[in-house]
Formats: sequence, C-alpha cells, structure tokens
Amino acid sequence: MTRFMLTLLALGMGNAQAAQIVMEDQSQLKVLPASAAAAFSPPAESELPDNAFGKMVREGHALFVDTRRLMPNNVGNGLNCSNCHLDQGRMANSAPLWGAYPMYPAYRKKNDKVNTFAERIQGCFQFSMNGKPPAADSPEMTALSVYAYWLASKAPIGVEMPGRGYPDVPQPAQGYDFGRGEQVYKDQCAVCHGSHGEGQSVANDYVMPPLWGKDSYNWGAGMHRINTATSFIKHNMPLGKPGSLSDQQAWDVAAYINKHERPQDPRLIEGSIEKTRLKFHANDGVNLYGQKVEGVLIGQGTGK
Amino acid sequence: MIPLDRILVSGALLLSLQIAQATEGRTVFTQGGQNPAAMACIGCHGADGMGMAAAGFPRLAGLPAGYLSKQLADFRSGSRKNPIMEPLAKALSDSEIQSVSAALAAMPTPKTPVVRRQQMASSPDEKLALYGDWSRGIPGCVQCHGPGGLGVGEHFPPLVHQPASYLVAQLNAWRDGTRSNDTNQLMVGVAKALNDEEVKAVADYFANRIGQEGTQ
Repeated sequence: MTRFMLTLLALGMGNAQAAQIVMEDQSQLKVLPASAAAAFSPPAESELPDNAFGKMVREGHALFVDTRRLMPNNVGNGLNCSNCHLDQGRMANSAPLWGAYPMYPAYRKKNDKVNTFAERIQGCFQFSMNGKPPAADSPEMTALSVYAYWLASKAPIGVEMPGRGYPDVPQPAQGYDFGRGEQVYKDQCAVCHGSHGEGQSVANDYVMPPLWGKDSYNWGAGMHRINTATSFIKHNMPLGKPGSLSDQQAWDVAAYINKHERPQDPRLIEGSIEKTRLKFHANDGVNLYGQKVEGVLIGQGTGK
Repeated sequence: MIPLDRILVSGALLLSLQIAQATEGRTVFTQGGQNPAAMACIGCHGADGMGMAAAGFPRLAGLPAGYLSKQLADFRSGSRKNPIMEPLAKALSDSEIQSVSAALAAMPTPKTPVVRRQQMASSPDEKLALYGDWSRGIPGCVQCHGPGGLGVGEHFPPLVHQPASYLVAQLNAWRDGTRSNDTNQLMVGVAKALNDEEVKAVADYFANRIGQEGTQ
C-alpha cells in the first residue's frame, strides 16, 4: 500500500471519529447580567504581528467569517460562525471569542467531564452548523483556536468577564405568546430573514441566515432554547438596532422562531424524540423539543 | 377540469398583457409617460440606465422592480424628497410605475465581482464597508447589501455601480431627514452614525474600487 493510500485511510478514519459527538453537553452557561459593562477590548487588526502567528490568526478569521464556503465538509447548513458571534467574534453580549477562550478547559457537572476549547468548537459544528466537526488536531481547528486566543490577548484566564455569552433576559410574568411573536417577526425580522425564516441569498450564498428549516441550526444547538434565542435577539437584533425590542417582544419572537422545525438533534436516542427529550431537553432551559404545540409534536426534524 | 381551450385563451391573454406591460415600460423609459410631466428616464439616467455620475443621477438598470416602484411611490408620498422626481412620480400612472419598474429591472448590468468577507480589512474604509464599526452600532454595508454591494432582495438595493455622488447624497439625505423611506429605519441610524469623511469613503469604496474592478 502506498503512503498516499495510507494517508487517505487515515483521513477516512479521522472523519469516522469526527462523526462521534465529543461534546454532548450543550446546556447553557451561567453569564453575568448585561448591566455589568463590558470593559474588555480585543486587539486591533493593526496589532497583528507579520509572522507565522499573524498569518494563522488571519486564516482563523477567514474561517470564522466565511465558514460555510471554506469548510463545506464541516458545515451542513447555511450558517457561518459570525452569524451568532457578531462583529467577527468581537462583540460583547454576542458570545465573543474573547469571553469564551479563557474559560476552557472547563469542567461541566452535567456530563462530569472536562471539555477543551477544541471540543467546544466541535460542538458548534455538530449542532449550530449541523455538520461534521473538524478533528481537534486539524489545521482548521488550530486556525480557529489561534484566532480566538488572539482575540483574548491580555484577558484573564478562568474569569467570567462581563460581555461573555448572551446575557439572560428575564422571562416576563405573562410568559410568551406565539401569535404576538409572529407579529414581531413580520414587522421586524422578515425584511432580512424572509417571511418563512428562509434567509436571503445572493450568488448561491446566504447573506441573511435562515432561522428555521433544513439550512438552520439543529434541535441540539443552544440557540434552539427559547431563552438563549431571546438573549441573542434582545442584545443583537435587528442588526444595527440592538436592545430595541422589549423583553416581552424578544421572548415572543424567539418562541415563534423556535417552534418551527429544523434538522433533528444528532444525539437522537434510538429514533425516539421522547427519549431524546428526557435525556437532553427536559432540564435544558426553556425549549419546545418533544412537546406538542397546537396539537403538533415539535422536534421531528427536517429530514436533513 | 378546466377545458384546454380556456387554458390556452387565458395563457394568451396573460402573455399579451405581459407584452403590453413590457412595451409600456420601454415607452416610459425612452419617451416618458402619458402625462407630459412624466419625463423619459433616459434623459437623466442614460440610454443604458446606468445613471450619470457627473450629475449624481443614479443607476436604475437591474435594480429590483419592487425597490424601484417603492421609490416612485415614496417620491409621491414625500417620504423621499427630490425636486425633479417628486412631480415626475406624481405624473406617472400606477400602471406606468409597475411597467417601467419591471422594464428597468430587466435591463442588463455590468458583471460585478463577488467580494467575499474573508480577509481582515486593510484600510478604515474597507473596514466600514465589510465589517462596520460596532463600537458605534454601524454594521458593515455588505452585511445587508450583499457581497461586494450586489444588493439583496427588494429591500437592500445594489451599491456597486452607483455613482459616488449619488451614494453620498443618499447618506446625507438620511442624515438630514429628506429621505425617510427606509424599512424599519434601518438606514437612518447607520447614516447618522457616520461622519462626512466616512460617508465619502464608503461611497467611493463601492462606486470606484469595486465598480472599476467590475468593468475590467
């Protein structure tokens, strides 16, 4: 067997391993309230050194903002990293990379395991991008990690910094309402994301990401939680007008978006939505997976 | 079941309607509307509909029909102000607005390179165009107007191949309130956050840099 064949075989095995779910626990983090002002500012592009390190930071940045096109074997839907981590992973209250990187490796009680930063990124590919995660030692993973490390330059290690994650938005006393959410969606979101959550494309590439359906995040992604989507929306949407929706509007529209079907949770247990609900969704924030809404079972997936 | 002859008749009717609309649209473009006050587009926007950079008259060719008809309606209502276009839009009939918008949308446009958001920005104007300045709540232009400013759907018109003078005038119109017809006030906040130099820089970015690349 030639060396070339051996390399191919090794690549194939790498893919088989990548298909396993290394970071099963996608439950939410504790984050500081939005009232705590984010003081951290990541370094400017002009501060990048002109050497191999700087080059790799640039490579990681390119993967981060143009993920779908540069990593077609790893992204299974219409999303890029920068769709959920605004301003190239720099923005406070938009799950910035500088807030995440210094928190790993992290012990998570839920799966009683220490997860590395690479495993966390693999989770993003598996769930938020409904794809096949790159191997922990792949050039892509290295570049993405180097980019995150650079953005976190001079940040303290293991300290929960203000601006990390998507700060919680308290659930209003009257809960959420799909009908009101639909109205908010029509008024505020459809102009970019389309009247059926399908996003908008130019030259065969999404410009505005799809929010539900086969090209959106799957039922295992953190964003499928209504509370997490609420937090993202409240602090980041509509683009350029963060904080313009009331807490009630953010909850209503997040619930409306997250009652729509999307790709199945890849952790699906024995083909059973109920078993999957019990193990992964029953105690994971506010979500609709495996529940009936208006007589329809939610979480059936989109067949992709 | 609908009889075949009826399908054929209604199909032929539809086709003749479409032909009539296309003819009307071309007529408005080259000769103007029924009302003499509805002057021909061609006079200011050029025979190819690509505008007249020296005078700041915009490109209309290849813009989405929905966007164009909305602008004409907004000139009528006054949510977009312009001394030439306001009386002109009022002189056009509803049918003429629909047909001229469709005719303009169908006109050919120069090829435009798809500029990806991939490289880090190498200059302040490129940074604004691609990534914006979020410390002041400014999204990158291409985040809504598409890669290279190609335009997205009927709400986010192309920026590429528009004269810089036109883009500057529009940004300033949002800043001073003479244009207020943007959906959900998405542009007004962005325009107000920019300073004079930045308005000029982003206009030049789309009009010159990318536009020239496209004509090569």
